Amino acid sequence: MWKTILRRVLLMIPQLFILSIIVFALGKAMPGDPFTGLITPDMDPAVIERLREEAGLNDPIPVQYKNWIVRILRDGDFGRSYTYKMPVTKLIGKRAANTLWLSLLTVILTYLIAIPLGIYAGRYNGSKFDKAVMVYNFISYAIPRFILGLLLLLFFGYRLKWVPTTGSVDLGLEPGTLDYFLSRLHHMILPAITSAILGTIGIVQYLRNEIIDAKTQDYVKTARSKGVPTNKVYTHHIFRNSLLPIAAFFGFTITGLLGGSVFIETIFTYPGMGELFVSAISSRDYSVINSLVLLFGFLTLLGSLLSDIIMTIVDPRIRIE
Amino acid sequence: MEAEKILEVKDLHVAFRFQDKYYDAVDGVDFTLKRNEIFAIVGESGCGKSTIVNSIVGLHDKNFTRVSGEIIYDNANIANYSEEEFNKIRGRHIGFIFQDPLASLNPLHKIGKQIEEPLIYHTDLDKNQREERVLELLNQVGINNPKRVVNQFPHELSGGMRQRVLIAIALSCKPNIIIADEPTTALDVTIQAQILDLLTDLQKEIDAGIILITHDLGVVAQMADRVAVMYAGQFVEVANAEELFDNPLHPYTRSLLQSIPQSDSLGKDLHVIRGMVPSLRNLPRKGCRFAPRIQWIPESEHEENPELREVSKGHFVRCTCWKNFHFEDEGGN
Repeated sequence: MWKTILRRVLLMIPQLFILSIIVFALGKAMPGDPFTGLITPDMDPAVIERLREEAGLNDPIPVQYKNWIVRILRDGDFGRSYTYKMPVTKLIGKRAANTLWLSLLTVILTYLIAIPLGIYAGRYNGSKFDKAVMVYNFISYAIPRFILGLLLLLFFGYRLKWVPTTGSVDLGLEPGTLDYFLSRLHHMILPAITSAILGTIGIVQYLRNEIIDAKTQDYVKTARSKGVPTNKVYTHHIFRNSLLPIAAFFGFTITGLLGGSVFIETIFTYPGMGELFVSAISSRDYSVINSLVLLFGFLTLLGSLLSDIIMTIVDPRIRIE
Repeated sequence: MEAEKILEVKDLHVAFRFQDKYYDAVDGVDFTLKRNEIFAIVGESGCGKSTIVNSIVGLHDKNFTRVSGEIIYDNANIANYSEEEFNKIRGRHIGFIFQDPLASLNPLHKIGKQIEEPLIYHTDLDKNQREERVLELLNQVGINNPKRVVNQFPHELSGGMRQRVLIAIALSCKPNIIIADEPTTALDVTIQAQILDLLTDLQKEIDAGIILITHDLGVVAQMADRVAVMYAGQFVEVANAEELFDNPLHPYTRSLLQSIPQSDSLGKDLHVIRGMVPSLRNLPRKGCRFAPRIQWIPESEHEENPELREVSKGHFVRCTCWKNFHFEDEGGN
């Protein structure tokens, strides 16, 4: 099993290399550069040209790529944000923690909702409960993320005032205290629920179908022919086998969360990477955009790595001996 | 001494539901199984033979199936037992061996765990005793290195070994009845013979009765004591195996035997039975069900309501069309 995992990790190196080239090329393909916005009619073009030269923007593109990647690998230096006038690592670092906590809460909520729904809908398929779950699925599938976010925000944030409408924590609280933690949770709960409601769709649908499918498998018939009690047939034989596609789905769930964080964080004005990403794009803050895309890509790869590791643990057939 | 009856099936009907209507897939089947006996049910795919055995142990989907008639085991009619009641019989009193050994083993569980499972629910053995019993069982079914196999997964074993594992599972609690549903269909011929020998040897050890489902008359000839030939949900002929092969009477039985390729028939066309098995929804509900496939036999030869009748001791045949039956190319008389 460890061999399979090690092999899978090593496989990430070329993936990351290709990812970095694509990210860099995309950044270069965008029109303009950080100085475009500074140009005013009374500005000396020579000054701009000097700034460009100093920033290395006049070097051949492969050289620019080499300098960029070397700085990242050697110094962990992702450049400076032109808008915020601070190192990108520092800027992202603060935001990344916010996004990761939000994502973690979202993942927990997603699976907490999706797994019981999927299991019961699959086990009692055709029942009223199953039909209700299907209706829930179709409705949430039809609602765009930002609409649901806005509706929930309007209702729970502005009308009922149960949750704050912006930020990630109340001001004036000492980090590390219980109040601080609760306040963060309070700020995260609505964006997390919004993402979770939409994130459950695929998982519920997959799990339900897998369970319905597994029920008719021969090995389930064998288990029943052994006199295994029905509940144990479900927990020992059907459920575990049905988890395989869910495990495979895990990486996509992570990717979906990151993509979704762009909307969710913007709507809830939650200071995370998604919100930073949107503002960096509008201000053409290249080093920030590049770094964020690279980070999103890296996290996606990490998500699929995690999927594969879970699959290796659950399914003995894909292990390399 | 007359052998003890261990299972009695009386007027069994099993109906499947299609759009709120029920259709009999098994239409009035009677038989008894004695200790140490091998009772074979032969027939084409879809004739209802697997449906019979599934309903005996309650493995059918109860939402879409209706079982009526009597299935008497241990002085109780188990035909309409609940899942919980069946769970006390299945695995413990009745062992089941399936057709496809790969699909029938859980791909994610180790072999040892899968054999151990019935022992957990049906015996008081503790963990160590169960492990010992699993090794003993694997030995019994002729697996050479049981200690290694218990920690392997189904995909790591060969087809023959998997079928041996399934036999070990079925025999783990020394059942009174073993149901073998096409146990050799998925195996190649050399392995088939080994598995069948193993099955008969083990049967003698635990004094069980076997219900053997197959479409292979060769297997029947090798194994069975009594044989029922099934067509479209009904038994058309029941006899001792020797009698059946020496003196087949029903047109369907004769056609099946005629269809077996013989070494002296090289170069000749193989015999085929005309027409197709009618689908469940289009089953003729009256008259002889085999009549549409032997249309050269005049209608007057058939009975209006064909019954299974004893024509000589222990030899039962349905309908009267067997009396003047001849194959199409033989001409009439």
